Amino acid sequence: MAKGVKPRVKVPKQASVGEAITIKTLISHKMETGLRKDADGNKIPQSIIHRFTCDFNGNNVVDFDLKAGISVNPYFQFEAVVPESGEFKFTWYDDDGSVYEKTKKITVS
Amino acid sequence: MKISRRKVVVLGMSAVSASLLPLNLLAQADGQSAEDIVKEFTGGANIGSGDIMLTTPEIAENGNTVPISVESKKAIAIKILALGNPGPDVVTFKFGPLSATRSASTRIRLRKTQDVLAIAKLEDGSFIQDIQKVKVTIGGCGG
Repeated sequence: MAKGVKPRVKVPKQASVGEAITIKTLISHKMETGLRKDADGNKIPQSIIHRFTCDFNGNNVVDFDLKAGISVNPYFQFEAVVPESGEFKFTWYDDDGSVYEKTKKITVS
Repeated sequence: MKISRRKVVVLGMSAVSASLLPLNLLAQADGQSAEDIVKEFTGGANIGSGDIMLTTPEIAENGNTVPISVESKKAIAIKILALGNPGPDVVTFKFGPLSATRSASTRIRLRKTQDVLAIAKLEDGSFIQDIQKVKVTIGGCGG
């Protein structure tokens, strides 16, 4: 597992049925492009987060495929509708095989 | 060992080809051209214009993080390409059944002043695009 990777997610605690809620996610990750060289002139191999998904109670909200063109500490903002109370599950897939997960509960009235 | 003139020529040629080899590999590793990526995404279909909005800053002072957002009401997937980057493919947003407005924001790297292209695949299977020019003062991507 890469060091210092910390996922952060902002989801409102409450919402009404059918309301579009804004979700913001940030994960600290260096997103090495594979183009940079170290002090000795050797290429630093690519090491990025290549996929991010968000699910709500098992239903997919978004699924993003990332490439090296995404900035350091990948940030995403998107909107979701929630039919009932439940839990958002956020998953990041690292090139080194690590998977980072975070869940957030939301109450729908 | 006595080195004949012929040997010198052969040696020279092999040295040249050896030095060319990694370059060729690099060209492949750097990947597909923007057209190939678009073709792969659209399957060669025509790309029209329509309800798609790509928002980028006009001038990006730092190419390492350029905030962009894209919205297209009937999209099921939106692909972002940075046409002047060493790897033009940046990100593909796929929207599931629970996504509300089909919009997403993120931050991307841009190596130099260039066009950023967004292609949306709509529910009916057609494709639309929007293109924005971004002026970059200091390029990202390293190297």
